[in-house]
Amino acid sequence: MKPQESVTAFVTHETEEPIATTGSIISRRKFFKWLGSGLAVAFVWQDTTVLASPENATSVNKKNPTDQIGAWLHIAEDNTITVFTGKVEVGQNIRTSLAQVVAEELMVPVAAIQMVMGDTDQVPYDAGTFGSRSTPAMGSQLRKAAIAAREAILEMASQEHKINKNNLKLADGKILLPTGNKKLSYGEIVKGKQLVQIIPDNAAATPVNQWKISGTSVPKVNGRDFINGRHKYVSDMKLLGMLYGKILRPPAFGASLKAVDLTGAKNIKGVTVVHEGDFVGVAAPDLPTANQAIAAIKAQWKTSAQPARAEIFTYLKEKASGVQTGGRNGGGAKGDLKQGLAAADKTLQNTYTVDYIAHVPMEPRAALAQWENGKLTVWTGTQRPFGVQNDLAEAFKIPEEQVRVIMPDTGSAYGGKHTGEAALEAAKLAKVAQKPVKLTWTRAEEFTWAYFRPAGVIEVNAGVKNDGTITAWDFHNYNSGGAGIRMPYEVANQQIAYHPSDSPLNQGSYRGLASVANIFALEAQMNDLAQLANLDPLAFRLQNLQEPRLRAVFQKAAEAFGWGKNKPPKDHGYGIAGGTEKGGYTATCAEVAVDRNSGEVKVIRTTTAFECGAIINPEHLDNQILGAIVQGLGGALFEAIDFQDGKILNPTLAQYRVPRFKDTPIIQIIQVNRPDLPSAGAGEAPIVAIAPAIRNAIVDATGVKLKTLPLVPQGLAAHLKKASIQNK
Amino acid sequence: MELLVNGSKRSSKASPETSLLSVLRDEFDLTGTKYGCGEGQCGACTVLLDGKAVRSCRTPINTLQGKSITTIEGLEVKGKLHPVQEAYLKVDVFQCGYCASGMVMSTVALLNQNPKPTESQIIDFMNGNICRCGTYPRIVTAIKEAASKA
Ligand code: FES
Ligand code: FES
Repeated sequence: MKPQESVTAFVTHETEEPIATTGSIISRRKFFKWLGSGLAVAFVWQDTTVLASPENATSVNKKNPTDQIGAWLHIAEDNTITVFTGKVEVGQNIRTSLAQVVAEELMVPVAAIQMVMGDTDQVPYDAGTFGSRSTPAMGSQLRKAAIAAREAILEMASQEHKINKNNLKLADGKILLPTGNKKLSYGEIVKGKQLVQIIPDNAAATPVNQWKISGTSVPKVNGRDFINGRHKYVSDMKLLGMLYGKILRPPAFGASLKAVDLTGAKNIKGVTVVHEGDFVGVAAPDLPTANQAIAAIKAQWKTSAQPARAEIFTYLKEKASGVQTGGRNGGGAKGDLKQGLAAADKTLQNTYTVDYIAHVPMEPRAALAQWENGKLTVWTGTQRPFGVQNDLAEAFKIPEEQVRVIMPDTGSAYGGKHTGEAALEAAKLAKVAQKPVKLTWTRAEEFTWAYFRPAGVIEVNAGVKNDGTITAWDFHNYNSGGAGIRMPYEVANQQIAYHPSDSPLNQGSYRGLASVANIFALEAQMNDLAQLANLDPLAFRLQNLQEPRLRAVFQKAAEAFGWGKNKPPKDHGYGIAGGTEKGGYTATCAEVAVDRNSGEVKVIRTTTAFECGAIINPEHLDNQILGAIVQGLGGALFEAIDFQDGKILNPTLAQYRVPRFKDTPIIQIIQVNRPDLPSAGAGEAPIVAIAPAIRNAIVDATGVKLKTLPLVPQGLAAHLKKASIQNK
Repeated sequence: MELLVNGSKRSSKASPETSLLSVLRDEFDLTGTKYGCGEGQCGACTVLLDGKAVRSCRTPINTLQGKSITTIEGLEVKGKLHPVQEAYLKVDVFQCGYCASGMVMSTVALLNQNPKPTESQIIDFMNGNICRCGTYPRIVTAIKEAASKA
């Protein structure tokens, strides 16, 4: 690297002082001073647009009450508008869509907005980026803050220039005074002051039909930094004097350390060894040395017997205890199930199983930790910066204010980065080493020591009349969870329950949560019930479905796919499925082709119609739907975590297959825009229909009724053979 | 040992069997090249060796004497993006962007050897690069866009 290309920023210290604003003294505001000495932070490259690192900190005190504008939005004298949010960017392009929302209401170009995201010292508290809440909740919060700011600016201009507010006009980030052609910029009016005005709850937002920036495909705001390699992910960051961390991993889950000899590692020059209970880690000046140090440690572990994948479904069923009822995900009961089953002309009882799968974010977990005068700063890729801040404060028994967590735009998460394992590990090492420590997990560590999408067993018993009325629905999920468990179709007699169980693997959130599992079982069952009633699967669904938004996506997907228009070619099949989750409505039609000799199943094309209220950024929505479909393909067809004795048996990308270019079908996406409805998130819901649509297409092509996710990790050959023997 | 990276001679103190990926990232501060798996399976670490795509995680530096290495940082010249980068930007391909460097470098290598690839040639060539965010069709569009400009 040529030295003149590097931009080096140093933070020395912060001072805090009261600031006077119109008529009141507000709480303190922070200033960062930029000096060339006394370094604390020195990244070689400075990201040009991403403000997740302190070099660029513009400054508000996050302890500003969150009912005031200043907590969310700051307008600098140079007209830079800085927005503060605890939401984080993991590829859902929320940095762009939130900027669009603010730009719209402040009537400025998106480029005028700088987003400070996921930095616990700078942004208001936020529970985390998950559950598709960023667009509906944070979008509307920032919209309100921006409207309030706009009104406040008008008010300030009106007072300063003694002009009635109604005679002032806003355009292009400027205020037009009625006298002459004088224009004032926001910066000239606000003069860098903190906006302490209260954000009214009922501010009138720009109506959707007048949107100029929202509703358009603004490109990824910092997109250039990703295609020229300049964006600094945590794993790319460096601090001067930084050490590289490495953790001694146990041979199996739940193993405890019996004995350990650290001498070999301690004898290596420059190596710091940390040993606390079962935690053993090292920090070294470079990664090869850290690896060498770990290899030099002699450890004896105590392991215990644990269930293997082969017996997991029996195990989960046996260990299930109780029922979670109530709430959106709690299932429930109505009518009389027994009577419903008795009234049916045909009943259908099935057990579906769903394997554990891994998120496989392309950037494995990473953290960079630094202690300075008792204050811990950690850069890490997490969907919950404040949650990790809290975890770290508890782990080190220090107040939360002494912990700062910063989340630069991260190499994806998909629900898999709610936690801060690497942050804690790096912080432990940095504390003892008294130097900054970076820890990047290997792919195998990410596969093994993160957490998984839960495995589950789903039992369904349903009854149908010959006229297509569903008379009974008995649905039980063991271990996956309750998301998407609700029956969207009309059934008079139903009982639905989620039964928590005791997972031998560490499990947690995943794109769409349990709705992938539940809607798989639900929509597979619906397909086969339609067959029993001799009805077309789409007609059968519509007959039993009232929810207008779900009906609409079914109809749109079917129409675009050409459902019912023609018979599939030989050994091809068509399938349809749909569902709703987190305010999004989705329906997918799929065409598969089955090679009867090899048993290979190829997904030829999919058509997905998706609706999530008013669309903010069509291009990025398209990308989210696409991503959900491609990720859904993996879980549908072949992804599964294999394990035995507390070990993951396939912790590599050679062994754990994820979708690639060649696996990707022709994907048609229909966006259903509903400007009359509030915008919901889109990262999750479109994943739910892909697996059952493919499964149902396989039924159509071959008659084989698969009941497992993944459907065909080994292809269809064995199933076809079994079916042909049964038919003889 | 001496390496020729983005047209400049750089000397590495790392031992000869060290992977090019870690020398680029940890020693030369060229962090645009990413680690995704270390097993040659994901393509995030793709760089060009004399114009051909290689997985830098599986390339020990002792094999690189006299070869010309190009990383993502070497594509942009004086603030002007490479046409392939332009195409990716225009299509607004990415979500998290972690796969981006590898995708762009693989594309440059593909178009070096085949300036007008068909769709199935694109898919064949790119199949070793994983985008877990699932942007594959958008990448294909960007590659076609870049090829149309070549
Ligand atoms: S890191 Fe080299 S191929 Fe994945
Ligand atoms: S955009 Fe996230 S891995 Fe490709």
